[in-house]
Amino acid sequence: MMVQLFYALLALGLFALFAGVVLAISSKVFHIEGDPLSDKIDALLPQTQCGQCGYPGCRPYADAVAAHTADVNHCVPGGERTMLAIADVMGVEPKALDEEEAMPMVAFIREDECIGCTLCIKACPVDAIVGAPKQYHTVISDHCTGCVLCLEPCPVDCIDMIAKPELLEHWSWPLPDTQRAQVGLERRESHHHD
Amino acid sequence: MSAFADFAVILLSAVLVNNYVLTKFLGICPFLGVSGKTETAIGMSFAVMFVMTLASTASWLVQKYILLPLDLLYLQTIFFILIIATLVQFIEMMIHKVSPVLYQGLGIYLPLITTNCAVLGVALLNVQQENTFMTSALYGFGAALGFALVLVLFSGLRERMEGAPVPEAFKGSAVTLITAGMMSLAFLGFSGLVKV
Repeated sequence: MMVQLFYALLALGLFALFAGVVLAISSKVFHIEGDPLSDKIDALLPQTQCGQCGYPGCRPYADAVAAHTADVNHCVPGGERTMLAIADVMGVEPKALDEEEAMPMVAFIREDECIGCTLCIKACPVDAIVGAPKQYHTVISDHCTGCVLCLEPCPVDCIDMIAKPELLEHWSWPLPDTQRAQVGLERRESHHHD
Repeated sequence: MSAFADFAVILLSAVLVNNYVLTKFLGICPFLGVSGKTETAIGMSFAVMFVMTLASTASWLVQKYILLPLDLLYLQTIFFILIIATLVQFIEMMIHKVSPVLYQGLGIYLPLITTNCAVLGVALLNVQQENTFMTSALYGFGAALGFALVLVLFSGLRERMEGAPVPEAFKGSAVTLITAGMMSLAFLGFSGLVKV
């Protein structure tokens, strides 16, 4: 009986190993070089897959930018920083964002009006909304990217976009002027080598 | 009967008389899913032909040299699924490399060949009927050819129907399913062709 079991496991295991080796070899043989440019742009995007750029996700937008069919300034959650980074990769002039978003926004659920339908939870691309059926939902502001995808599905319109409160624990030094910082870094490095 | 005539009968019965889609009702998902355009239907047909033929020969070999000697017949399904999944992965990589356009056209239906019940059905029926190696290969190829024939014919019909004035209530899947039913009725006409 034990021998039977041993044979069964051995046969299945060896066969699966063989199949795996065949697939590993063929994945090397049929390796596809992805478009390196769109890979780079995709890495810069926030991967919220929110679709506010008008493309069905971050990857398609990256492909479109790499193919010069889309501008660099459509990523809303990524904001200005992402736009500058993409413009840098593409070697084009930075453009103003689609909508001037001076302040980062977060969603806020008016809990006394929430009916607990869970529709906004399903819509949230970053799982920043917690709640259970027929219970109040609420937004974890730290995780919310302000993508506004939860507004539309809400049947009672109880979600507002509010300015992200600036709390002490989230405050950080403002980002340095990238170009000047770059120059400074180069100087320091050349100094270091001397 | 000579060997050649034997093979011809097997092929004919697998393609027309015992057509997997229209008389055994296996593999309906890709039949309805990928038949929108003739181009993708042809691509899918080739992919299924490749997978089905290889899967039926590979599963025959596994049955004969692994499962029967070790008395592991109860592992038949999992072994066959493993073979099919590997082959599908392999052909997916190959199509991605050779023809990215076809890869995009087939989309989700390409990995779904794994769960195409016709492929597993052919492999299991082959062992049930205790076919020889050559017969199994031919049976697999014939079944795939039948699948391809029906899929391409059906996609042609659907392309023609695009411009037809279909009543509002029948638009979309309804008229597609009715057409598929009529095709199945038509294929019943082949049932007396070969005695199997």
